[in-house]
Amino acid sequence: MSATAVVHSLLTSAAATPAADRIPTPHIEYAQLSPVLIVLGTATVGVLAEAFLPRRSRYWAQLGITVVGLAAAFAAIIALAADGYATTRAHIAAMGAVAVDGPALFLQGTIVLIALVAAFTFAERRLDPVAHGNRVDSFAAQGSAVPGSPQEMKAVRAGFTTTEVFPLLLFAVGGMMIFPAANDLLTLFVSLEVFSLPLYLLCALARRRRLMSQEAAVKYFLLGAFSSAFLLFGIALLYGYAGTVAYTGTATAPGIAQVIDGSANLTPALANSTGNDALLLIGGAMVIMGLLFKVGAVPFHQWTPDVYQGAPTPVTGFMAAATKVAAFGALLRLLYVVLPGMRWDWRPVMWGVAIVTMVIGAIVAVTQTDVKRLLAYSSIAHAGFLLAGVIAVSPSGVSSVLFYLVAYSFVTLGGFAVVTLVRDAGGEATHLSKWAGLGRRSPLVAAVFAVFLLSFAGIPLTAGFAGKFAVFQAAAQAGAVPLVVIGVIASAIAAFFYIRVIVMMFFSEPQPDGPTVAIPSPLTSSAIAIGVVVTLVLGVAPQYFLDLAGKAGVFVR
Amino acid sequence: MNAYAPILVLGGLGAGFAIFSVITASLTGPKRYNRAKLEAYECGIEPTPQPAGGGRFPIKYYLTAMLFIVFDIEIVFLYPWAVSFDALGLFGLVEMLLFVLTVFVAYAYVWRRGGLEWD
Repeated sequence: MSATAVVHSLLTSAAATPAADRIPTPHIEYAQLSPVLIVLGTATVGVLAEAFLPRRSRYWAQLGITVVGLAAAFAAIIALAADGYATTRAHIAAMGAVAVDGPALFLQGTIVLIALVAAFTFAERRLDPVAHGNRVDSFAAQGSAVPGSPQEMKAVRAGFTTTEVFPLLLFAVGGMMIFPAANDLLTLFVSLEVFSLPLYLLCALARRRRLMSQEAAVKYFLLGAFSSAFLLFGIALLYGYAGTVAYTGTATAPGIAQVIDGSANLTPALANSTGNDALLLIGGAMVIMGLLFKVGAVPFHQWTPDVYQGAPTPVTGFMAAATKVAAFGALLRLLYVVLPGMRWDWRPVMWGVAIVTMVIGAIVAVTQTDVKRLLAYSSIAHAGFLLAGVIAVSPSGVSSVLFYLVAYSFVTLGGFAVVTLVRDAGGEATHLSKWAGLGRRSPLVAAVFAVFLLSFAGIPLTAGFAGKFAVFQAAAQAGAVPLVVIGVIASAIAAFFYIRVIVMMFFSEPQPDGPTVAIPSPLTSSAIAIGVVVTLVLGVAPQYFLDLAGKAGVFVR
Repeated sequence: MNAYAPILVLGGLGAGFAIFSVITASLTGPKRYNRAKLEAYECGIEPTPQPAGGGRFPIKYYLTAMLFIVFDIEIVFLYPWAVSFDALGLFGLVEMLLFVLTVFVAYAYVWRRGGLEWD
């Protein structure tokens, strides 16, 4: 039998089975899932390019594939939003697994744009000095070579580069896009793993300070695995409580939300287990713990400074921005769609988490001497401010968090891109003492960094101010005035260390052996420029984007 | 008792094949004794003496283990599909082809990067 005959007989026997014996097949709306499918498909094409293209042409091919794929995914998101899937036609696709609604599309669009800017910083090859006649990026020549070994020297001399970072970035983006759209707990868990595993790998691939980078990756992996275990155990307990992993459903086929608010028709066996609130409380708490870990909220923040410091700086920027967007999206959906009936139980806990996150993030940042660790603690403090918006449990709470995430993520990407520019003989000069007098030496770079720091601090006319104002306003309207007061105090503490860095850059003498500022290619320049533009546009004229976030802020149930 | 007859027959066939193989091998196989034949089987690693701290293992073992996991996961999905191939219909066939295709991309990468060559 020839190959075509085999395929033909497979097809006919697959189609010819009597309907009665068929297992009902799922109905999947491919068009509505197209943004995610495009990104994952592009990642697969990237792996194929990695396998079959000669080494010389891989870099440009990967950059092209990544940019085209992300642009296509963004176009698909815009098309879906224009078709009304963000508002009136919002619904739950893929047999209840994935929601296609305003928050999902808004956050997916944000993540894709973040990834596009991050891909530019990944591809930057002008910053490191030319090694043996080859331009090199921020990633290890050969990940498997032992740091400092003859094999590594050989790889560097041969001009190897790890162009696999681009497919890895895309796989991570694919997972992050499903994460805030996941409408059942298993999809949530699978997408968490899909975006976490590439991130662990990317963290370990720094070209300079490789041991620190690998240490960061191992720490991130172990703590991430631990938090995944918490999440999974929580999912199991919630399943034990509700008899389903679906977020929402109908009275006859209830999701967890219906079981909690009592509108579900339960079988007697299930009615017995839903009487047990312990399963619900412990399970819900464990799932929220898993998400708070990814968000980097205190007391689950210990990994953040070490990982942010050790990872290659472009990866740190991507991780700090995109992971936070994805994880806050998932947290919002979980708290607003699944557990709104439990809000009198989780709100006090989240109050506490938000307060300690804001306060500890701001206070510990004051003592930092490394600019990457400083930005890590600043991201912890920002997670606290975002949690203040989450606690509001109101439409303005959702839209303010969506807006804040956009403002925060592009500023963060720009900030870490500036960090890659300030270098000395050992690579990036991240110690803050080396940044002294930077404003005298290269006023433009220092001024741009100052803009980002002012935005982090929440000074008016920057994106950070508009975001903080929206979040605190939503929290105050929901009656969380004490939280807002503490938030404002924490912002003031945080502003102290941001402004201290600015003062150090502009008003102290440059050190004689200070770092130099590398001239970037248009790739990093555009990443920084996008950060500045977003900071100023969202700061000066935030209304259009606040309206957009407001329109997108309704979850489908 | 009738229900268990096939199991007994299967057991008999298995035992018969094992005994047949062992006897045939000892009768027909060449016998060349050397040091390696006396050592414990350890997947190609010298079992003794171990270097201090366990020593470093070549990355080849790790690659082989990873490849095994990929094949293993593929089988986990292929096997139930093969059992109820008819009932899943055309949808199942198309989805399975897509799945095998994507897994194949990983193999193509491993093959082109020399992950399938031992030396």
